[in-house]
Order: sequence, then C-alpha cells, then structure tokens
Amino acid sequence: MEKAILTGKYYMTGDVACAEGALAAGCRFFGGYPITPATEIAERMAVRLPEVGGTFIQMEDEIAAMATVLGASWAGVKSMTATSGPGFSLMMENIGLGICTETPCVVVNVQRGGPSTGLPTQSAQGDMMQARWGSHGHYEIIALAPSSPQEIFYQTITAFNLSETYRLPVLIMSDEIIGHMSERVVIPDKKDIKTLCRPKPKGRKDRFKLYEPGPNGVAAMPAAGEGYNVHVTGLTHDEKGYPILTVETQMEMITRLTAKISKNLNDIIQTEPYFLDDAEMVLISYGVSARTSLAAVDIARKQGIKVGLLRLITVWPFPEEQICELAERVKRFITVEINMGQIHREVQRCVGGKAPVSLVGHPGGTIIPPDRVVEKLKEAF
Amino acid sequence: MADKLRAAKKQPDHPLDDLLRRDRIPHIWCPGCGIGTAFSSCLNAIKSSGLERKNVVMVSGIGCSGRAAGYVNLDSFHTTHGRAIPFATGLKLGNPDLNVIVFSGDGDLFAIGGNHLIHAARRNMDMTVICVNNLNYGMTGGQVAATTPNMAKTTTTPRGNPETPFNLPHIAYAAGATFVARWTILNTREITKSIEEALLKKGFSFIEVLSPCPINYGRRNKESSQDTLKLYQEKTIIKNGAHPSEIDIDPEKGIILGKFVDLQQPTYIEKYDKICRSLMNH
Ligand code: SF4
Repeated sequence: MEKAILTGKYYMTGDVACAEGALAAGCRFFGGYPITPATEIAERMAVRLPEVGGTFIQMEDEIAAMATVLGASWAGVKSMTATSGPGFSLMMENIGLGICTETPCVVVNVQRGGPSTGLPTQSAQGDMMQARWGSHGHYEIIALAPSSPQEIFYQTITAFNLSETYRLPVLIMSDEIIGHMSERVVIPDKKDIKTLCRPKPKGRKDRFKLYEPGPNGVAAMPAAGEGYNVHVTGLTHDEKGYPILTVETQMEMITRLTAKISKNLNDIIQTEPYFLDDAEMVLISYGVSARTSLAAVDIARKQGIKVGLLRLITVWPFPEEQICELAERVKRFITVEINMGQIHREVQRCVGGKAPVSLVGHPGGTIIPPDRVVEKLKEAF
Repeated sequence: MADKLRAAKKQPDHPLDDLLRRDRIPHIWCPGCGIGTAFSSCLNAIKSSGLERKNVVMVSGIGCSGRAAGYVNLDSFHTTHGRAIPFATGLKLGNPDLNVIVFSGDGDLFAIGGNHLIHAARRNMDMTVICVNNLNYGMTGGQVAATTPNMAKTTTTPRGNPETPFNLPHIAYAAGATFVARWTILNTREITKSIEEALLKKGFSFIEVLSPCPINYGRRNKESSQDTLKLYQEKTIIKNGAHPSEIDIDPEKGIILGKFVDLQQPTYIEKYDKICRSLMNH
C-alpha cells in the first residue's frame, strides 16, 4: 500500500498540498463535485485515496457531496470535500446538518470571484461572511485561511484536528491564487504530525447519551455499526439526540453548540503578529491578502512608517479580544482583503470607534498590489 | 412486591419491541395513515433477514415517512430534505459492512431528492430504498407532489393537478436499480418479503409502498382511508415480472403490483475495489 504521508520536499500547488495535508491528517473519504478552482483537490484525492485504503466518490452535485461527507463521518471515517463559491452555496444546507448533528468533517472553499458564477478562474475572498453565517440559524463555526501551499498543508491537518476535537464541520477558506500557485512544500515525518480523533464513548451502551458534553463541552461520538443505536437528527434535539421541539430544548441545544466553541477560543484561535510591538498602524489581513500586507509592511517600514500586521490564521471565531487590545494603543487599522469589506466590518466592530479603521479592498479577480496598501498608509501617516 | 406490581402494570410486549425506541412512542402518524404499516413491515423484514442488528442502519429524509428513522432502535439518521440517499451513500462507503436502509416518502425521494435517487441507482449503490408513496406532501398539509394523479386536488392545485405523475418503479428501473417492487399497505407479507430479499441482496433495491394519507390527500379528494384500502383491494393486480414501463398507476386499468426487477449486477463498491484499487498490489 502506498504511503499516506509523503515525507519529503516538493514543489506543489496549494490544492495538491491541501489533499496531501488531508491524507496526513487521516482523511480517508472524499465526496466531491468538480468546480474551478478546487477541482485539483478532488483529482488528487481520486488518485491518492484508493492507494491508502480510502474512498473517493464524485457525486451528482455539491448537495450530495456534502451529504456523503456527513454520512462517511458517521461511519467513523475522517472525511472532507472541496469546492468553490457556487458549490459552497449548495453545501450550506448540509453544513447546517453537520453543525446541528455535531459531525466532524472538513470543507475547503477555494474562493473565486462572485456573486453567482462570477470569475471562475480568478481569485477573491468574497465568501468570508458566507462562511460565518451561510447556513440558516444561529451557530458558531471554525474557519481557517491559508496564505501559502505550505500553510494549507498544515492547516488541513489543523482543520481535521479541530473538527474531530469540537465535532463540527471546519472550513478552510483558501482562494484561487493559493490553490493554483506552486511553492515549496515540506511534508514532515509521520512522527512530527500530530493528529487527533473524535472522543470515543466509554461505559455502558444503554446509558450512553449522544450529546452529553464531555469536559471540554464536546460529547463522545460512536460510529454507526458500533452498537450504540444512536439517533441523529437535524431537528432540535436533547442530549440523547431525540427530537424535542420545545423552546427549552432549542435553548439548551444552541447553548451547547455555541459554548463548545466560545469556551475554547484560546485553543482554537491562531493569529500571527508581524512587527506589532511598536506599531502605530496595524494591517489586519488573512489568506493571500496577508502576503500583500506583509510586503506592504516591509516597504513602509523602510520608509519609516511604524506599521505592523496581524495575520488571521483563524478567521472564525474572530479574534475579538486581540483586536480590542490592539485598539487601546494603535492609532489606525487597515483591513486588507479581496472583497469590499467583510472582515473589515468585524474589525470596525472590535475597534469600537477607538481608532479609525480603513479598508483596502477589491471586488475580486486579482491580488491587491502592496503599493495600494502603502499608499493608504502614507495617506494616514 | 414492588417488582411484581411493576410487572403487572407493564405494558404488554409487542413482537417488534426490540426494534422500536419505545421511549419515542406514541408516534406522530395520523389515525388511518399507512406509514406505520409500511414501517412495521420493514421492521419485520429486518427481523426475518437475520442480519446482525448492529450493522443495520436506517436513514430518512424529511416528511411524515421521514420520521421512521426516529422510531427504529438502530443507528438511525434523520437527515435533510431529499438527502437521505447521498447521506446513506457516505455511510455505506465509510463502512461497507453496514446494511443501509433508506426509508422515506415520495416527495423526499423523487422531487427534491430525485437527482440523488437516479444516481444512486445508476451506480448500483448497495442499499435498500423504501418509498412510502401517499401521492402528496402530507407533513406540510397536503400539497401537490411528483406522484399526485392528474386532476387530483391538493392545497396547491385547488382546481385539480395539471401535471402528470411519475411512475416510480419505472424511474428506478430506468436509472439502474437491480431490484424493484411495488406493493400497497394491504400486502404486508409481500412488503416484508420484498424488503427482506432486498436486504439480503447486493445492489440498489427499490420498493414502493402505496399508502393512504387520509388527512391531507384523502380529505380533498373525497377518499377516506377505507376508500383507499378498498381501492387497493379491488383495483390492484399482482403481476410479478411486469415491465416497469407499463405500470403507471391507473385505477381504471388496475394498479399493477409485484416484484418487477431482480438482477445481479456488480455494486459500486465491488467495481471501485476492482477498478480503482487493483493497482495497489502491483
Ligand atoms: S399527514 Fe398523511 S401521511 Fe402524514 S401522518 Fe397524516 S395521514 Fe400520514
């Protein structure tokens, strides 16, 4: 049998690195549907999964793809899918089922310009709010944003670990540029890759409750076929998993679903500071736009502008606390993203009027050149 | 003493008790509804199949029939509207040892989920799909469905249905199902037998069960539950092996019931293993 972890140094696209990260994390099921610019993830998985004892299937649409991912996860297999905007829209229904039924899985969105069919082959970061609120109802979600092929390799492992730990679909918000660009990717030794699995139930099967929170607020999860006779429903349900359509049960369930995220923010949220210590102005950015921002910081610093960057590795849950703290001492914030101000609004919310917040945005189709950010910094300086 | 009292008070056992979530009974189905009969036939089939219980799972979509998964004491999944089949596909591919039953209604499986049904049949995905066909959307109050007879009245076709209904076994067959049957809820023994055969057979099996919905369909079409059962009794003809293209539901000509298709074809998993994994050993 082929190796699941291809330890070595490669020149790889982000899409391929994502697939390899998934395999390294233990993913053994992929249900997909072709869509630019995410297709290469499916293609890689179609080759690689059967080699390592896993299963790949191309479904009839993204709705079905997402449904198979949930089904496979309940069969006890780490599972994923990958798509782009239009497919992401179709997946929202079953992402909601995954949230409600606490089903671990990973969904990759290699973003392209939208709305609708938009710009299939060109980048954007326009689905960030859809990632947050795209499925109906109130819930918490985890979404990560990779800035390079190397990072998406690791982030896919992190996404699986978070999904298994907190039992929910975890989103990776990549984009066309990261997906299609080739860079050096180092795949480490197996022993250097940490993988986590969903908590397994212990104790008597007849006393088992499907959604009884464990120490970190997350319930143990058996697989179908293990004899627990679980009932899994997208209706509002109690800890046993039984549908109880009352206000009290709704309150309990939503509290449980949101608390397991909101009480573990320190474990979930990752950011990367760059020249923040003495920064008077701070760029907030993520994904491919963080590369623009990084270049802008370097250029501006050479010109004597004290600017730093807070790179969001985790976009959802939003690093509110960190931005609130920065707002106490920073003179200006600038959000850099390939949309017209989605995360920007979150930054404004957290800064709460303590400093001006401006946007360097773009509706999609191209990367934002660092010069535009430097110009903005100079204006503000 | 207390034990004896408790024993005396205990409700009488039902032969299917071990397959029911007793703590979820009473169920939501209306008096005169046929879903319960289709459901208990399914449970009887699970029992008589002798399959190891822990490997039998039930998946439902949304609707009155979709509630079945909530009452069966097996690993059971009540999914989103129309998506029971792809969810079941994921379960089966994730663990090929599972014996997967999809129990749902006509609206769920043939309208919103129609695309999934034909593709699972085309792939010969190993599962048993039981479709309770009550000719309308019962759960939401009786709207027109893809199965509602032409001219029948529903809340969304108040002057009669202008559309032509699907012939479900024909679609399943044309899409590639390797086992196809149709019964009414009067034929409990035949339903049980068909489901049992389907459970023990590899491949995509489809069983349609015609069932009254007196509350929503019947009321608007002046058809009580008894009238529907009478129709089933008087206007059905058992014709095993009939070609699925010739069995449109037409009470004038007689409603054809029976086992129509029973073929041996390699399943998706068998083909995937052979074609996609075969190089692994080289
Ligand atoms: S509405 Fe119709 S199908 Fe639904 S439970 Fe009542 S009688 Fe049965």
